[in-house]
Formats: sequence, C-alpha cells, structure tokens
Amino acid sequence: MKWNIIWLLLLGFSMFGQSGSIPTVEIKTMDGKIISTDSITNEGKPIIISFWATWCKPCIKELTTFAEHYDEWVEETGVKLFAISVDDQRTLPSVKPLVNGKAWPFTVYCDPNGDFKRAMNVVNVPHTFVLDGKRQIAWQHSTFAEGSEDELIEQVRKIAKKH
Amino acid sequence: MKTIIIPILLFIFISEKSFPQSEWQVSGDVQMDAQYYLEDSLIGANKVNEKILSNNYFNLYLSRGSLNMGIRYENFSNPMLGFDPRLKGSGFPYKFIEYKFPTLTITAGNFYEQFGLGLTLRSYEERSLGFDNALEGIRIQSHPWKGFYLKALIGQERLFFSKAEGILRGADFEINLNEVFDSLKQKPFQFTFGGSVVSRYQVDKDPIYKLPENVLTWALRYNLGYNNLRWNNEFAYKYNDPNATNGYIYKEGNALISVITYTRKGLGILLGAKRADNMDFRADRTLTGLAGMINYVPAMAKIHAYSLSALYPYVAQPNGEMAFQGQISYNIPKKTRLGGKYGMDINIQYDLSHAIKKKPISDTIPIGQKGTDGYISPFFGIGKERYFEDATIEIFKKISPKLKGMLSYVYIVYNSLASEGHDYGTFYNHIGILDLTWKITSKHALRFEAQHLYKEQHDKNWASLLAEYSFSKGWFFSLGDIYNYNNPDPTHRNHYYTVNLTRTFNSTRISITYGKIREGISCVGGVCRYVPASYGFSLSINTSF
Repeated sequence: MKWNIIWLLLLGFSMFGQSGSIPTVEIKTMDGKIISTDSITNEGKPIIISFWATWCKPCIKELTTFAEHYDEWVEETGVKLFAISVDDQRTLPSVKPLVNGKAWPFTVYCDPNGDFKRAMNVVNVPHTFVLDGKRQIAWQHSTFAEGSEDELIEQVRKIAKKH
Repeated sequence: MKTIIIPILLFIFISEKSFPQSEWQVSGDVQMDAQYYLEDSLIGANKVNEKILSNNYFNLYLSRGSLNMGIRYENFSNPMLGFDPRLKGSGFPYKFIEYKFPTLTITAGNFYEQFGLGLTLRSYEERSLGFDNALEGIRIQSHPWKGFYLKALIGQERLFFSKAEGILRGADFEINLNEVFDSLKQKPFQFTFGGSVVSRYQVDKDPIYKLPENVLTWALRYNLGYNNLRWNNEFAYKYNDPNATNGYIYKEGNALISVITYTRKGLGILLGAKRADNMDFRADRTLTGLAGMINYVPAMAKIHAYSLSALYPYVAQPNGEMAFQGQISYNIPKKTRLGGKYGMDINIQYDLSHAIKKKPISDTIPIGQKGTDGYISPFFGIGKERYFEDATIEIFKKISPKLKGMLSYVYIVYNSLASEGHDYGTFYNHIGILDLTWKITSKHALRFEAQHLYKEQHDKNWASLLAEYSFSKGWFFSLGDIYNYNNPDPTHRNHYYTVNLTRTFNSTRISITYGKIREGISCVGGVCRYVPASYGFSLSINTSF
C-alpha cells in the first residue's frame, strides 16, 4: 500500500509532463542483431512506424497496401517506414521469409518480447505512428480499413510541408 | 514510509538538475473489456451470477532523459469467463524505475525479459490469455564494449496479485563478432553467439522426497549467417526438477531449436526442427496450467487467423515433443503470366509435432513413476503419438484496383486428448477459406469471408460466413455466423452468430459485440486457455496516449 501511495505521488509529476518522442529500447533486425530504437531516424523528414505481426490479417493487408504505394510516398514526401514485428519466438523465424516473400520495400525490425510495443503503449496490432522531423509523435492510429492509407499519407504530407 | 519517500523526492529533484534540456514525457494506455452474460443451455453457456464480468488495465509511463518510470493498475471484478479465477481482485501489480547510464541500464521493480529464444527464461504479458509473469526484483543490462551484451537479474515472479514462492537468479550474454571486429563488419559471413543460466531457489518441505532446492537451467545459442542463408540454434539443459507438471520425476530436461532460413527479394524459405523433453520450468514446483512459467519453449506451428482454421489450434508440449516445420513464401512478380497485372503471393507451410520416444528405466518401474528418474528418452527418438499436423497453402491476389482476395486450403490433424484432455480421438480436418475485399470508394469497403471445415469425426462439419463493412473513416460493422451444420446429434447443430460494431479514431478503439462464443481453447504462442461457451453483449475499449 505504501508503494502505491509513492507511485501515485510520482504520477502527480506527470501533470507537468508532455507526450512526445519515441523511447529508447533495444530491438532486433530481422537477422537478430541488437539495435537501439535511436536508429529509427530519417534526417529530419517524416517517419512512419507500424507495429504488425505475421499472424495478424489486417496488418498484412495494411503493409501490403503501404508496399504498393511506398515508392510514390518516398518520392513525394521523403518519408521512411519502419515496420516493427511483434511476433514472439514462435513466429519470429518466419518474419524474414514472409517479408522477402512479399517483397516489401521498407525496413522491418523485430520486437520479440514486446519491449518497444509496451513502451509505445501499443495495445493491439496494427498500430501506426507518424513522427515529425524531430521524431515526435504527430499522429497515431490503430486498426486498418481499406482507405486508411489515404489518411496516413495526408498526415505525412502535412509534416513534410512544414519541414 | 518517510525513509522511502525522501530519497525518491531527492532523486527527482536531482533529476531536475541533471536534465536541464529535457522535459517530463507522459504516455499511457487503457484497456477495458466487459461482457454481459446471457444463458443458453444449447451451447452450454451457463448462468453467470454477477451478470457482468470485466478485465481492466491502465498503464502509465513517465520519462525524462535517462529516467523511466511506469505503473499499471489492473482490475478483474470479477475476471471474465475463461480467465483464471485466481486473477480476481485489483491492484498495482506492475511498477518500475529504470535509469540508463551510457553503457548500463538498471531496472528496479517489475520488468519483462527474454534470454535468447526463451528456453531458459521469458517473462511477458499476454492479456488475451490473462497471462503475466513479470519479474519483481532488479535487473542490470550492460553494453560494455562494441558487440557485447550482458544481462543479470534477480527476482520473483508475479502470480496473480501476489508473488510465486521461488527466487529466480539469471544471467545472459551475447557477442556479435561482426561488431567486435571492425574487419568483419562488411563480410557476408555473420556470427553471433550467446548463453544464459537461470536458477530457482525454493525450500523443500516435502515429507517423503528430498527435492532439489536449487534448480539450474542453462542454454547456449548461435546465429550463423552467410549471404542470404541463416542458421539459428539454441540448446538448453535443465537439471533434475521434480514438479507437478512432470509427475515429480527426477529426470533432467533438454531442448533444442534449430531453424534455417534462406531469403531473397520475392522468396523466403524456412526449415525448422525442435525437441523438448521435461522442460516445463515453474517459479513454484507445485504450479500447473498457465501459472508461474519461467521459460518458454517456442511452438513450431502456424498461427491461424480464420475462425475455422483456428478451431483446433496447436498446443505446445514442453514436457515432450519433437516438431518440424517448413515454409515457402513466394512473390510472383507483376506483369508475368501467373502474376498478372499486380503480382501474386503464395505461402505454403507444413508443421508436424510428435511425442518423444520414451523407454522405461527398468523392467519393474513403469514410465513416469513418481520419485524415480521417470523414463529414458534417446535425443533423436521420435514417439509414435502424433500431437498435431498442419499443411496450409495460401494465395493472395489483387484482382483489380478495387478487388483483392485470399484463397486457402488447410489440412489439420488434431489430437484432442493431447491438446485439450478430451478423449474424442484424433480429428482430420480439411478447411477451405475464401476472403474477398471490395474497395467500393476510398472510404467504403466490404469484406467477405466464406469458410468450410470437413471432418468425419466428433461433431463433423462446420461452415462459416462473415461480412464486414467499413465506412467513413474508422467505422466497422460485421455480421457473422459459424454453424456446426451436420453434427450427428441434430439438437446440437448450433449457430454461433455475432454482430459487431467498432469505431476507431486515432489510437482509440471502441467495440460492441452481441452473439455467441463456442466452447474451445484460445492459444497464443502454443500457450492456451480454455474458453467456455458464452452468450451475451461484450464491450471493449482501448486507447493510448
């Protein structure tokens, strides 16, 4: 109980806070190399981070749709997409075969024990974030419906224009 | 009380001075699931005295510069049907402080961790199973030199709203040679190796047997790459650990996971093999079910996302299993004869899981007798009993700018005794699935699913239809039915219909469902919970900020 009170006190500090940039945690490349989320950068241009999993139907649909438009998006806005797989050890080995099998053109990283997912408060996949040039979260959206990609790129365009 | 608050306040005050450039950042998420239960004796949905049951979570994270803090409140009043009733209650089971120094991170309080592939230790949260084995204690993660990664921890595991009895001590290292030696950086050859140890201490109070108070597991792993080829291996060993899941035998445990992948643009191939023998490792030797798991023996089977192909899911058998897996993913390029205008994706997967071979330790002692070494199992010996088999072919095709589809055939062999403890025999399922999405305009789309399951055994054939309409940015409306249309007992030819309305905006999702849920098992990563039949209204809200 004492601890709970202390924690509530600490939470009081949150009143002074602001929401913002992405947390620093360790994730992995598809080859298992440990990297930091600090390497998710794009030279001051917008970034899309999309959490997905190999077993999630709407995620695959979403990323396949992004893949179709990706070249145009990059050309127009300079955006860079990082797809973060939350597959655990069961399906992690099939991430790379699936990504290559679908010939997705963007960067894919893995978060096998959900450290990045938790730190980003992702409850369900798909969950997609748009970051501005300073790596601050500018927009986020969960679930995917046909046409969601139009709204996403609209958000990216807004940031690209400000830049 | 004061003795704790003062240092913390001081710490925060100091941090004000240490991070003049940074500000406090706040983020969090909320998840609320509730169901209003109705009775339906035909499907076996019993009366629920509380009428309404709900599971609730509220997470809050605070960070400033190198300092991170977090807390989670959970409330199960009372837990929803199918979740462990011991979850009942509420509290703050998860809270931590973490500080990052340049080459060192220290976490105090609760944390999640995985060593290697998880054969020695994996603590994680899986809300759909009501599963959370967060550790409470202290963890140090260090990155002392280029390519070296070290972790050490001590703590106790969460057990519902208390802690499991055993004290866990563990350490893990990983070395990436291509990072250590600059000369190897750009080479096609890549090599990473690592290892871990985990030990559990638990007092022996058994009046008859002398049980080991300290139980050690260790694992070694490597990941070898050459151009497009990768070979990933982990071997684990557990010293004798008589416990409730193995019937208190003194046999040692072992496990091996080996996966080879070959990938290039448009093609992915995977081959995997696994052995697990007596590897169930708990934070308290008396625990069973989903409670107190320390390690995780990864499942080797596809996760099915359609209602009928997921009807009979794979269940992991950490105390004895030989498994094999093969997968090919291929992208037929655009503008070819088969690929057509938009290209086509094909995915073929095969999974097989068998028992391990077991021999008695002597002529007079039966296999698995309590207090003995249990049995002898040759490392490469495959037992006769088949636990699970799955062959799946999926074709994804965009037909026109407005229409895309998925066609799939799935063959599943399901051992009802090994998987759910029901002696209904083995089911041989043939499943066909068609999934079509029609993008009517940029804001309106219609999705249609048709599925059929054919089997000779038990309750025989099932059919399922689902239509989902998504409209004006973030609304979904769906109607679906799963129908056991030729159950040999005509009174059990049940419909399990559902009506759902979901609204999403930004990171918020609100979903209301009315309908019936079939009795079955729900699994994530081979870890499963029993889901009883239910009928009623359910509401699910989640948001993050």
